[in-house]
Amino acid sequence: MTHDALLSAQGIDKSFFGVKVLDGVDFSLRGGEIHALLGENGAGKSTLVKILTGAYRRDAGAMWLDGQEVEPRSVAEAQALGIGTVYQEVNLLDNLTVAENLYLGRQPRRMGMIDRRRMRGDAATLLARYGVGADPDETLAHYPVAVRQIIAIARAVDLSGKVLFLDEPTASLDAREVQALFTVLRQLRAQGLGIVIITHFLDQVYQIADRVTVLRNGRMVGSRAIAELPRRDLVAMMLGRELAEATAHRGSGATQPDTPAAFLFEGYGKRGSIAPFDLDIRPGEVVGIAGLLGSGRTETARLMFGIDRPDSGQAAVDGQPVTLHSPQDAIGHGFGMCPEERKTDGIVGDLSVRQNIVLALQASRGWARPIPRREADALAERYIKALDIRPPDPNRPIKFLSGGNQQKAILARWLATDPRLLILDEPTRGIDIGAHAEIINLIEKLREDGMALVVISSEIEELVAFSTRVIVLSDRHHVRELRGAEITAEAIVEAMAVPGDAA
Amino acid sequence: MTKLKQLRPQLLALAVVLVLIGLISPGFFSVTVQNGRLYGSLIDVGVRVAPVALLAIGMTLVIATKGIDLSVGAVMAITGAVAATLVADGHSVPVVLAVSLALGLVCGIWNGVLVAFLDIQPIIATLILMVAGRGIAQLITGGVILTFNDPAFSFIGSGAVLGIPMPILIWLAMGLAVGLLVRRSALGLLIEAVGINRRASMLVGVRARFLILATYAISGLCAAMAGMIVTADIHGADANNAGLWLELDAILAVVIGGTSLAGGRFSITASLIGALIIQALNTGILMSGWPPEFNLIVKAVVIVAILTLQSPAVADELSVLRGMLRRKGAKS
Repeated sequence: MTHDALLSAQGIDKSFFGVKVLDGVDFSLRGGEIHALLGENGAGKSTLVKILTGAYRRDAGAMWLDGQEVEPRSVAEAQALGIGTVYQEVNLLDNLTVAENLYLGRQPRRMGMIDRRRMRGDAATLLARYGVGADPDETLAHYPVAVRQIIAIARAVDLSGKVLFLDEPTASLDAREVQALFTVLRQLRAQGLGIVIITHFLDQVYQIADRVTVLRNGRMVGSRAIAELPRRDLVAMMLGRELAEATAHRGSGATQPDTPAAFLFEGYGKRGSIAPFDLDIRPGEVVGIAGLLGSGRTETARLMFGIDRPDSGQAAVDGQPVTLHSPQDAIGHGFGMCPEERKTDGIVGDLSVRQNIVLALQASRGWARPIPRREADALAERYIKALDIRPPDPNRPIKFLSGGNQQKAILARWLATDPRLLILDEPTRGIDIGAHAEIINLIEKLREDGMALVVISSEIEELVAFSTRVIVLSDRHHVRELRGAEITAEAIVEAMAVPGDAA
Repeated sequence: MTKLKQLRPQLLALAVVLVLIGLISPGFFSVTVQNGRLYGSLIDVGVRVAPVALLAIGMTLVIATKGIDLSVGAVMAITGAVAATLVADGHSVPVVLAVSLALGLVCGIWNGVLVAFLDIQPIIATLILMVAGRGIAQLITGGVILTFNDPAFSFIGSGAVLGIPMPILIWLAMGLAVGLLVRRSALGLLIEAVGINRRASMLVGVRARFLILATYAISGLCAAMAGMIVTADIHGADANNAGLWLELDAILAVVIGGTSLAGGRFSITASLIGALIIQALNTGILMSGWPPEFNLIVKAVVIVAILTLQSPAVADELSVLRGMLRRKGAKS
C-alpha cells in the first residue's frame, strides 16, 4: 500500500439485494489532509463511508490504518481504532447537557459514581481547545446547529483521534457558521488528523479540501489534488461524460416563443437558500433548470411555488404583481408543482388513484364543493387512458403502483386543474425507461398546447432535448441562461462548473 | 352508505358479543313496550352508549387527521355544569342548548388552535383542557353536585319520541348528520388526505390547518352534546365524575372500528359499532350476575380478542393458513 497513507482501502465491493452499489473502490487518506468525497446521488459515497467507519461490512476488499490491516466490525470498534464519524443529522442527544453529550458512555467515575465535577472540567477544557464558549451544564438544545456540530466533532475526535469522517456537515449552516467550522477543521488538520468530508457544495470543496475523490455509480472515477483540478474537470468527473462526444442533439428544436412573459420573477431570492434571480416564463416554452445537487435547483422551485417565502424581489403574473406565500397562493394563479420527493411530498399513499388524481382540483374548489363521483370517475378514466397509468384501476391505492405510474398519476393530478405553469422537479428520477420516455413526450405535448413549464432535471441530455431555454445553477446562483442553439450538453456542463459568485 | 363489506369485521364482532351475552342471560333480547316507550336490555344498551357514541363520532375525525382528543370527558363536565347552572337559573331549553353547544365548540376550537396553528402535539395540547376542564367545571358548580328539576330539559336524557328514547335518537341523528357532512362534502376526502400525508396535501393546496381545526371543533360539539345527555339523565351536574375516562372508551371505540391511530381512512359507522360493542359488554357483564370485580377484566379480554383478530399481522397469518388449507383440500 501507499506508504504515506493514514487510512487506505482497496477493492471495496458492496451489494444490497444483489445490486452492486460499490464496485472495486480504492480510497486513500493521508494524515494532515482534508479530503473531499464527491459524487451525485446514488454514487455510493454514504455506503463507502459506512464501510470505512464500521457501520456496514464489506463484501470484498481490504483496508489499512497506519499500515496495519484493520477490520472494524462496528462503529465502536472503528472508534477504538481511531476512526470517528459525525453524521449529517448530528448524532447527539438534545436533552442532555453539553458535558453529558461529550462523555456519554465513558463518564469519568469516582467510587462507582459519575464524577460530575471532573466531567464538567474536562468538557470545558476540551471545548476551549475548539474555541467554543459553550457552558458544559447547559442542555445541548440551547445551542445552534453549528455549535452542536463542533461539539459532535470534539466528541468524535476525542474518542478516536486519527481519522474523522464528516457527512454533509455544512448542509444546515449559514455562511458565517461554515467559516467557523472550517477554522476548526483546519486546526485539526494542522494537528495531523486525516479528515474526510462529504459535501455537495463545490465552492466549499475548493475552499477547504486538499484532495478529492470522485465516485460515480459505485465506481471510483479518480483521486486528485484540488490545486491541479480545474472546476470544469471536476464537474465532468462527477457527471461522467467525455465532453467532446457529449453533443446530444435537440429533439424538437423548439425556440422561445415571442409571446409576452406571463410569469415574471425579479430579484427573487431567499438568504441561505438561493441568491436573487430573474426569471420570465412564457406560455408554450419549457424552461429547463440544470445544476448539481445542492446548487439551488429545488430551492428555486420551492420559492416559485410559495413553499418558502422570498426575502427579496417580486413576482408578477400577466403583468400584475402577486404574492406567493403559500402553495395555495401559487395554485390560485394557475401554478402546479410535482415535487422531487414523490413518496413523501407527492402521493397520498392510502388513497386510491382516482382520489389522488382529483385531490388538487378538489383542494382548489374547497371542501364545500365536492367533485361529484361521476366527474371524478371521468377525470380518472381520462387521465389513466391519456397517460397510460398501469394498472388502469382507479380504485387501487396509489402506494401499490410503480414509481413511474405514481409519477404519472401526480402529473394527472395537476393536469386536472388545467394549470398555466407547471413546475416539475426531477420528473423522471427513479422511474423505468418506458415511463421515462412517456413523461418526456408529455412535456413536449404540453408545451405545444401552450402550457408554460419549468423542468428541473439532473439528466442533461433530457434537458437539451426538450428545453426552449436552460437556466444553469451553481453554488445557489443562477449563473447562466442558454437559448436556442446555445443549448448543448457541453455548454450546460461548462456553465455548471462556473463558481456561483463569479456570475 | 358505507359498503357493508368493509364493516364486516365490526358487525361480526358485535354479533358474536350479542350472542354470547344472549346465551348467558336469556332475557337480553326481550323488548317490551311500557307507557308507549320501548324497554329492554337491548334498548338500554342503545341509551347507555349515547355519550361514548357521540364522543366517538368526533374522535373518529380527529384520529383520522393523526390527532387525538383527550379533553372530551372534561368538556362533557364543563358543558354539563353550565347546562345545569342555566337550567337551575330557570333559562329556557333552547337557550341552554345553544349556550352549551357554543361552549363545546369553543373548547374544540381551543384544542384545534393549539394543534393546528401552534403545532403542539395533539396528546399534549388536549391534555391541557383534560386537566383544566374538570377544574373549570368544579368552579362552575362551586364544588358541589348541582341538581335541578326541569322536566323540559330532562326530556333530552329520559324522554322518548315514538317510543324510542331520546339519547338513541340523538346519537343516531348526530352520526347521520356528521356522516353526511363529511361524505357528501369533500371534508372526508380532504381529512383523510391530511391524515395520510400532510406535507403532500399542503403542497396541492389542501388547507390542512383549517381542516384539523374543524375536526377538533366537531369533537367539542359532540362532547357538549354528550355532556348534556348525561346531565339531563341524572338531573344534575357532577363535575368530578361526569364523563370521567370516557375519552378512553371513545378512543377504544374508534380503534375497534378499524380507524388507525396513525391517521387516514376512517368510518364513523364502524366507530359507532365499536361503541356499541363496548356498551354491550358493559351491560352484558352486569346482567350476567358475575361479581362486579370481574367486569373490567372480562371487558379487557374481549377487547384484546377483537383487536388481535383485526391486527394486520394476524390477518396475514390467517390468509396464509387459509391458502394452505385450500391447497391441501385441492390435493386430497
